[in-house]
Amino acid sequence: MPEWMQLLQWGDDGWGDEMVRGMLMTLAVACAAFLLGIVIGMFGAALKLSRYILVRFIGETYTTLIRGVPDLLIIYLLFFGGSMAVMAVARVFGYDEYIELDAFAIGTIALGTISGAYATEVIRGAVLSVPKGQIEAAKACGMSRFLLFRRIMVPQVARYALPGLGNVWQLTLKDTSLISVVGLVEIMRQASVASGSTQKPFTFYLTAGILYLVLTAFSNKGFGLAEIWANRGVRRA
Amino acid sequence: MDFNLMAEAFPKILDGLPVTMALAGISLFLGFFLAVGIALLRLSSFRPISALAYGFVYVFRGTPLLVQIFLIYYGTGQFEAVRESFLWPVLREAWWCAILALTLNTGAYTSEIIRGGILSVPFGQIEAAKACGMNALMRFRRIVFPQAIRQALPAYGNEIILMIKSTSLASTITLLEMTGIARKMISQTYKPLEIFLIAAVFYLTLVFVVTRAVAYVEFRLNPDRRAARTAKGKDLTTVAALGADVR
Repeated sequence: MPEWMQLLQWGDDGWGDEMVRGMLMTLAVACAAFLLGIVIGMFGAALKLSRYILVRFIGETYTTLIRGVPDLLIIYLLFFGGSMAVMAVARVFGYDEYIELDAFAIGTIALGTISGAYATEVIRGAVLSVPKGQIEAAKACGMSRFLLFRRIMVPQVARYALPGLGNVWQLTLKDTSLISVVGLVEIMRQASVASGSTQKPFTFYLTAGILYLVLTAFSNKGFGLAEIWANRGVRRA
Repeated sequence: MDFNLMAEAFPKILDGLPVTMALAGISLFLGFFLAVGIALLRLSSFRPISALAYGFVYVFRGTPLLVQIFLIYYGTGQFEAVRESFLWPVLREAWWCAILALTLNTGAYTSEIIRGGILSVPFGQIEAAKACGMNALMRFRRIVFPQAIRQALPAYGNEIILMIKSTSLASTITLLEMTGIARKMISQTYKPLEIFLIAAVFYLTLVFVVTRAVAYVEFRLNPDRRAARTAKGKDLTTVAALGADVR
């Protein structure tokens, strides 16, 4: 135990501050990816609920592909392919140098794409659980499509989707560990750097595990409170 | 699109398919027994035991699988005692470390699924079984477990798919399963899209087969729903009449 404390000291002699910085990076990339995922999820749900079969097919392909293929493979694709795609665009504008995308950007895009597929399903389910009669009633009241969306759909879809989005968040948070393979210095990367230089892998990976537990426990609590808040007006039997 | 490369990648990634399937299969098999054990411990009325089981589940579900794999593969070697013990030949091998991590992980997730299934068995049935004089083991074997499995099957199908995808993490500790081979090829050729598509085809096929298989087992295990399904096609009045006859 004292050895552990010594290894995790704050400042230049220990790895405490580095690990906490890694944790903040994990949190940052998870938040960015989760928000991107929700945006993608809204578009994805719109695609999958479209009345045109071709549009539905696009949405279907996206969610099937992402949910049926390992996340690590998707991250590799975007890590190796992301820079090349950007370079190909740059070449059109006459820029021939090697461009490397920021690890944070790749991580956000990759995890956002993954969590977007799961968010699509959650949001689609939430949209479908708004009672049809309400939509008819809103139309009968003469609401425009936008007003109907804003007043009837959004508040209820948000409430129905909340538990599912909580799961998506947990998934995204844990998936950030995979971004360490592309070099973003988050918890996992920091832990492997530290264990490489101190030869104490158990200590640092255990610390990493504890930091993840702290993040998941707190965000679990947060989503629980958000659910209570969102359902404050709902009558329960 | 480099079709030659895709043709080249196909047999290479196919070589990784048995490794992927073995990793998923072995750890799902072992993890299932672990999960039943943990689920029963969690339902124990003796607080410390259920708390211990809950702690196990909480830790393994709250941390990324990658941490668990690294902790077992890289971490255990830190201790002299482990390196000199009989466990070292096992913990030294990436293969067994991956199996161990995946087993513990799926054990934790599956135990929650099974617990849900066990809790879904109506209490009246257990009371009735007790009244018939069944002991705890027989109650579990004849009444609780068959129904719990049936209830838990759809969720367990998801878990199988998650595990198939999780085996890709074994590539981070040098195992050459499908993702590991794909990764190696991508870094040699810098053609990620082609190789990704081939690997994706393998994973999607595997996932598709599993989904079908689970749906089939679900169909077999639910004769009541099966009857309803065949009856749907028939003339409803005859079915109703048949039902009335039986009653």
